[in-house]
Amino acid sequence: MTASIQMAGPRPEATFHVFRGDRTGGDLRTYRVPVTEGMVVLDAIHYIQAHADGTLACRWNCKAARCGSCSAEVDGRPRLMCKTRVEEFAGRPITVRPLAAFPLIKDLVTDVSWNYRVDREIPPFTPPPNDPGPWKLYAEDVARLFEFRRCIECFLCQDVCHVLRDHGGRDRYFGPRFMVRIAALEMHPKDTVSRASLLHGKAGIGFCNITKCCEEVCPEHIHITDNAIIPLKERVADEYFDPWRALLRLFRGPREPRGT
Amino acid sequence: MAEWYEAHQHDVVVIGAGGAGLRAAIAAAAAGASVALVCKSLLGKAHTVMAEGGIAAALANVDPQDGWEVHFADTMRGGQRLNDYRMVEMFAREAPERVYELEHWGGVFDRTPDGRIQQRAFGAHTYRRLCHVGDRTGLEMIRTLQDKAIHTGVEVFMEVTLTRLLRDGDRIAGAFGYLREDGRYVLFRAKALVLATGGWGKVYKVTSNSWECTGDGCAMAYEAGAELMDMEMVQFHPTGMVWPPGVRGILVTEGVRGEGGILRNGQGERFMERYDPKKMELSSRDVVSRAIYREVQAGRGSPHGGAFLDITHRGAEFIKQKLPSMYEQFLTLADVDITKSPMEVAPTIHYVMGGVRVEPGTGETTIPGLYAAGEVAAGLHGANRLGGNSLSDLLVFGKRAGEHAAAYTRGLQAAPRADEREMEEERRSLERPFHADGGENPYQLHEELQAVMGEHAGIARTGSGLAEGLQKILALQERADRLRAGGSLLFNPGWHQCRDVRVMLPLCEAIFRSAIERRESRGAHWRLDCPDQDPAWGSKNVVVVRENGRMKVTTRPVPLMTAALARLLEPKA
Repeated sequence: MTASIQMAGPRPEATFHVFRGDRTGGDLRTYRVPVTEGMVVLDAIHYIQAHADGTLACRWNCKAARCGSCSAEVDGRPRLMCKTRVEEFAGRPITVRPLAAFPLIKDLVTDVSWNYRVDREIPPFTPPPNDPGPWKLYAEDVARLFEFRRCIECFLCQDVCHVLRDHGGRDRYFGPRFMVRIAALEMHPKDTVSRASLLHGKAGIGFCNITKCCEEVCPEHIHITDNAIIPLKERVADEYFDPWRALLRLFRGPREPRGT
Repeated sequence: MAEWYEAHQHDVVVIGAGGAGLRAAIAAAAAGASVALVCKSLLGKAHTVMAEGGIAAALANVDPQDGWEVHFADTMRGGQRLNDYRMVEMFAREAPERVYELEHWGGVFDRTPDGRIQQRAFGAHTYRRLCHVGDRTGLEMIRTLQDKAIHTGVEVFMEVTLTRLLRDGDRIAGAFGYLREDGRYVLFRAKALVLATGGWGKVYKVTSNSWECTGDGCAMAYEAGAELMDMEMVQFHPTGMVWPPGVRGILVTEGVRGEGGILRNGQGERFMERYDPKKMELSSRDVVSRAIYREVQAGRGSPHGGAFLDITHRGAEFIKQKLPSMYEQFLTLADVDITKSPMEVAPTIHYVMGGVRVEPGTGETTIPGLYAAGEVAAGLHGANRLGGNSLSDLLVFGKRAGEHAAAYTRGLQAAPRADEREMEEERRSLERPFHADGGENPYQLHEELQAVMGEHAGIARTGSGLAEGLQKILALQERADRLRAGGSLLFNPGWHQCRDVRVMLPLCEAIFRSAIERRESRGAHWRLDCPDQDPAWGSKNVVVVRENGRMKVTTRPVPLMTAALARLLEPKA
């Protein structure tokens, strides 16, 4: 093994309570980790793996807040472990738990596969046929898409969403991540498909009651509620609750999605 | 009888779900093949997501003088002409079409004032050529490809580690490995395999690469008898973060220099004037990395052994718009506001130019039915890759490999058969760490391996240092037989690490043996004992192959450019 903690002299240490367990149950276990300058929680998890217990499971990839893999609940708050500095806790013990909204696999790893199944249900980007390009798209026409396309799919917003977390609403609501996804598609100037019926139906946008918890945890600072969910709700309202449109639908029958 | 493994059957199995794997899977599925895409992590997390600066393609949207010919010449010069010129030609010609295709699949790039795809300057590209979205181009690319792939009928398998390629006689028959979630073993029967497993930057400690970059595909191909080429060519990116220690090596995009960033040494001098007064900060990566290294060696480094990269003169608004991830990264991880202070940077291992030797147009390796594309494949970048050329590489050769793999499967009479004995052997080998008494800690061994690579196969090399490094790696290989793991097969990083170390060691050996062989300095390969380029070596690629259980080193002639293409490289009168 590498140099023990004692040999390193009077280095400061931090105490971590890390959830250990699997589908059969588990509890918090305590680890002491030497602190280095600028250390993040993910560094501490790696230290524990290398020096105390190689079976401690967590996900991570880029370690630069770019891939959205190392999501966990640090002191009860959904965070990216690679972006959460140890100094922030000023010497207090730090508790690290897996995301609560998803089924546990082991330790800090949860089964997030539901998100990938939801993604498949969203009709993809559909440009007009016979429009080979190169396209002219002006900065002002695509500017609002960039915010949505910054999403790194860390699923922290899904974790904190009341509908998914507290009410087990995965059968009713796609969650904030996929509202952002749908907004990026719906607002693309070249897209020809309407996802209003999906939003109104299976995607369950009506279940969001705009508490904005998702915005608070987004590491990319996406204004999920204001810029994605509310405009989409307006679209759905226009489509389904506008009395003139309702009358039109009565005569015309339900409208087919545009462009199909 | 219940099988001890889970089995799947597809025409084409693509291993790796970064840009090359996704593009290959889309191409193979579009060609009518049944396709499995196997990722080591979750979908969309592969290392492509970390690409920042842009995709190099001669669209000529900003500089109308640009064209595939100039891109060809820049790439050949950057690679010090060790590149396979045939690959470079296809690459330069096809890259623009591949970029426009991304746009049609929903990718959104920054725009020029007249509504076209914006392009930025980058190191050693003659014209502004990199199509980009701020500094998160890789995310845009992987998400776009991911969305396309899941709607093109590609079956995705996440968090699967494949450890062995299976053959039926000469031909590929499939791949075997395990599911990370619960250690269940899995067999993918396939008529053709596409390796798109990326590089092996994790053999170094200071690297921009993630845990995944252990070179699984390259190591498996080598084990199966494929030829590896240019393994000595390992790229240092000039600008990685250096402080605090936990972030050492994390990439600082070349886009910072592309947008006007200036490098200064610890004494405030703009030192690139001494090394490349013409291109300055936008010289090729090998040149800038060596320059920083030399400044530090001469005692003119920054406080933590690097240089300063300053973009403050472009103003806060511009920086936050064009380099938002860099701004956030330095602010949250290093407490540095890059709109007000310079960044401290130093070279970091970023990319491997070498890899599995492939046929230029098809991506077929020396094993029938085995294809490779992207970083795992050799040939396109020669002795040094230009920034931005990787993302277009993934698209151009991912598509080609996927198409040719699909075409190959159509020509097969009978599906190849996987040999169950090989799988049982592999399972025993995988589980050996659970039975090792008092054996080696895989994390410790990985650290030692990285220390050897950093000391002996770093930015400046010598013949004697390389020879010493090789001996140390061979000694580690023996110790790797005694790796130990605790716990069960259930999502077990320690157990996985045992496998990773065993995968990386032969690649380290290949780097050393190839670097010892090339007795000259060229591109990324800098030998203090042979400091000059040797024209005799300029016409040879170093190749390693496994023969009778040992690594054999040979050379192959670099393909000779046609006269018409060679003229593109002549200096203008």
